[in-house]
Amino acid sequence: MKRLWKTIFLLLGVFSLTGLFLYVMMRSGPLAPVPVTAAEVEKRSIAPALYGIGVVESGAVFRIGPTSPGRVKDVFVQVGDLVEAGQKIGVMDPVDLDQRTAAQRASISRLEAVVRAAGARTSETAAKKKYAEAQSKRYDNLLKSGAVSVDSAEAKRQERQVTASAWASSNADLQAARAELERVRADLDALLSQKKNLDLVAPAPGLVSSRAAEPGTTVVAGQAVAEVIDIRDLRISVRFDQAMASGLRAGLPAEIVLRSRNGQVFSGTILRVEPIADPVTEELLAKAVFDAIPEVVPPLGELAEVTVTLPGLPDLPVVPDAALKRWNGSLGVWVIENGSIAFRPVKTGRRDLEGRVQIREGLKPGERVVAYSVKALTSKSRVKIYDTLEGIRQ
Amino acid sequence: MISLAGRDILHGWGKFTLTGLGLGLLIGVTLTMGGVYRGMVDDAMVLLDNSGADLWVVQQETLGPYAESSSIYDDTWRSVAGMPGVEAVSSVTYLTTQVRRGDEDVRAMVVGVDPGIPGSPGQPGYLAAGRHITRSHYEAVADAASGFRLGDEIRVRRNTYTVVGITRRMVSSGGDPMVFIPLKDAQEAQFLKDNDSILQQRRRTEANPSLNRPGIPGLLESVIASQGANQFVNAVLVRLLPGTDPESTAAHIRRWMRLEVYTREQMEEILLGKLIATSSRQIGMFLVILAIVSAAIVAFIIYTLTLGKIREIAVLKLIGTKNRTIVSMILQQAVGLGVLGFMTGKIAATFWAPFFPKFVLLQARDAVTGFVAVMVMCVLASILAIRAALKVDPADAIGG
Repeated sequence: MKRLWKTIFLLLGVFSLTGLFLYVMMRSGPLAPVPVTAAEVEKRSIAPALYGIGVVESGAVFRIGPTSPGRVKDVFVQVGDLVEAGQKIGVMDPVDLDQRTAAQRASISRLEAVVRAAGARTSETAAKKKYAEAQSKRYDNLLKSGAVSVDSAEAKRQERQVTASAWASSNADLQAARAELERVRADLDALLSQKKNLDLVAPAPGLVSSRAAEPGTTVVAGQAVAEVIDIRDLRISVRFDQAMASGLRAGLPAEIVLRSRNGQVFSGTILRVEPIADPVTEELLAKAVFDAIPEVVPPLGELAEVTVTLPGLPDLPVVPDAALKRWNGSLGVWVIENGSIAFRPVKTGRRDLEGRVQIREGLKPGERVVAYSVKALTSKSRVKIYDTLEGIRQ
Repeated sequence: MISLAGRDILHGWGKFTLTGLGLGLLIGVTLTMGGVYRGMVDDAMVLLDNSGADLWVVQQETLGPYAESSSIYDDTWRSVAGMPGVEAVSSVTYLTTQVRRGDEDVRAMVVGVDPGIPGSPGQPGYLAAGRHITRSHYEAVADAASGFRLGDEIRVRRNTYTVVGITRRMVSSGGDPMVFIPLKDAQEAQFLKDNDSILQQRRRTEANPSLNRPGIPGLLESVIASQGANQFVNAVLVRLLPGTDPESTAAHIRRWMRLEVYTREQMEEILLGKLIATSSRQIGMFLVILAIVSAAIVAFIIYTLTLGKIREIAVLKLIGTKNRTIVSMILQQAVGLGVLGFMTGKIAATFWAPFFPKFVLLQARDAVTGFVAVMVMCVLASILAIRAALKVDPADAIGG
């Protein structure tokens, strides 16, 4: 009895070992079926979307600096200050301009006095001239009546001519003095405008984004002392990979995600597609604008992700992009028919960001294709279909 | 006729089974070692298969991109695309680095690929979950061996990527899992430094009086901008039109573009003959020693097993059993032990192979070779045992 049991146990052991061995031989190595998952070809519309990366920019950045070299005397604004149009944000050192203005003012005072003196002299010579003319006239009459000598009348006539010349001379002096005054006044005006030019003024309302020079710094003509950005005109300069940007045009709605806002989505619009693409990076450039400027203005230069959703396309057969495989030199899918697979080349259309690809030729809706596999398939592969390949070791 | 061998095995079945199992585990280890060696070679081969390329265009006088570093300008692909016989090209970068997920990090080979339609050279050929990269930035497809799952946020150098797809058996020649990311991000990851280095570099540039001249506004900004730019990739992968001779296209590119080009055969040669040569020889050497040791142990076990039965054999001889019967008993037992051992070994190796961190490839051919080797060993060993058995004096059966 004991012997019989032993034999049975041994036989069981031998059978189970052999069974296990056969199982192992069939389930591993080249004989084993490849675990795959299947996907059905759907007829549906997809809405391709374009995805680009950009930086926040302002439409207008004013780099405010002097028009001639000089030293910065004072900067009145700090980074982050809001400024009005025409607000003085800094001033350049006038060097000797104030002294020259004072000298010019003194000259004006002196010339005004000169003009007054010349005026007085003109009045004086005019009075003398008038008196001499009257005297000369009376003596001429008296000469006719013979009351005075020719000599006296001649003297009076000569006197009249002298006073007339003196009057003309003083009149010319007055005019010269006035013209000089005019010139010096114009000089003063020039100095004052030069002084005004030393003021650094914001040309439009905006936000001070940079304070590039501190008081005492010497700057050259055109170098910025401060930068002011126009925050009403915030935009995103986006770059789209040229190969993945078909359909990009102005006016399309866009979703903008700022890097620092943790996924918060702002709605926006594509303002324009730049007429010049970047030939080095092989990207198209476009400008996107916010539909409403965020309450907290994003800093310029912050990275933003822009997703542009294109209008939906007509219904076509659609498969997941994972189903597309390259085999024997052509792109296609492995179609599942009665548990075995056959490769079929296809022509693809557009793809959306979820990885759904349109199939223009080669598949009909309702067919089943291999979506995922644990290894590359060949025409000799046997497959076993699973719902998911997660946790399947092979 | 009763089987003498069967009766004897039944008689001492515990001893026989345990010996067989022990032997099996040893054979299992040897088979696994063979699998480790095969896996190593296979890792190198799948690297080439997965790239989907017929030609690799790399920097002149380098063995790039796998065995040596290689840098070529990222617009090289345009001129390569115009060469005769070329069907598709794409630029690619390879960088072995630590990829972080939360607090842990995984050593991986980060591959920068053109995120175009699937099937272009460099892209993973098949997926096990998720989808291919559709955005031109910040998406990744990772190999399952990395342990990453769909939706994970992983960090490669400066940027964070979302895992959108999972592959299987996409590994570097060293067995590190691959992580595919868009080419432009990969260029940054490879050539752009970390934030601290960039800051240091800016400071140094600012301190350089010839680059920070007061009279030229904007010069410093331009210099800094040019330092951050990168226009290099590691290689251009080329797929040829069907029926094109790879060597003629390769010669054309070598001659006119002053670049190095490798064909599939040359690349295999580089990977097997140069890149993994030492480590595979190391494993191969170990495999040879292990095989010899296993063979010796199998022989000794069978020999001692027979010697242990020397008294019984003497009795058999005493009762007039033919030599042929004794020989066949010993031979049958040895072969039986070998078969039991081989089956156990094969089962054990198959079950523990998937748990190895690197790929273990158990080939059917190796199994057959192993089986033949085990059988030959058993027969050889039993010849020694048979000699001892035949020389035994029947008188020993009753002697002390």
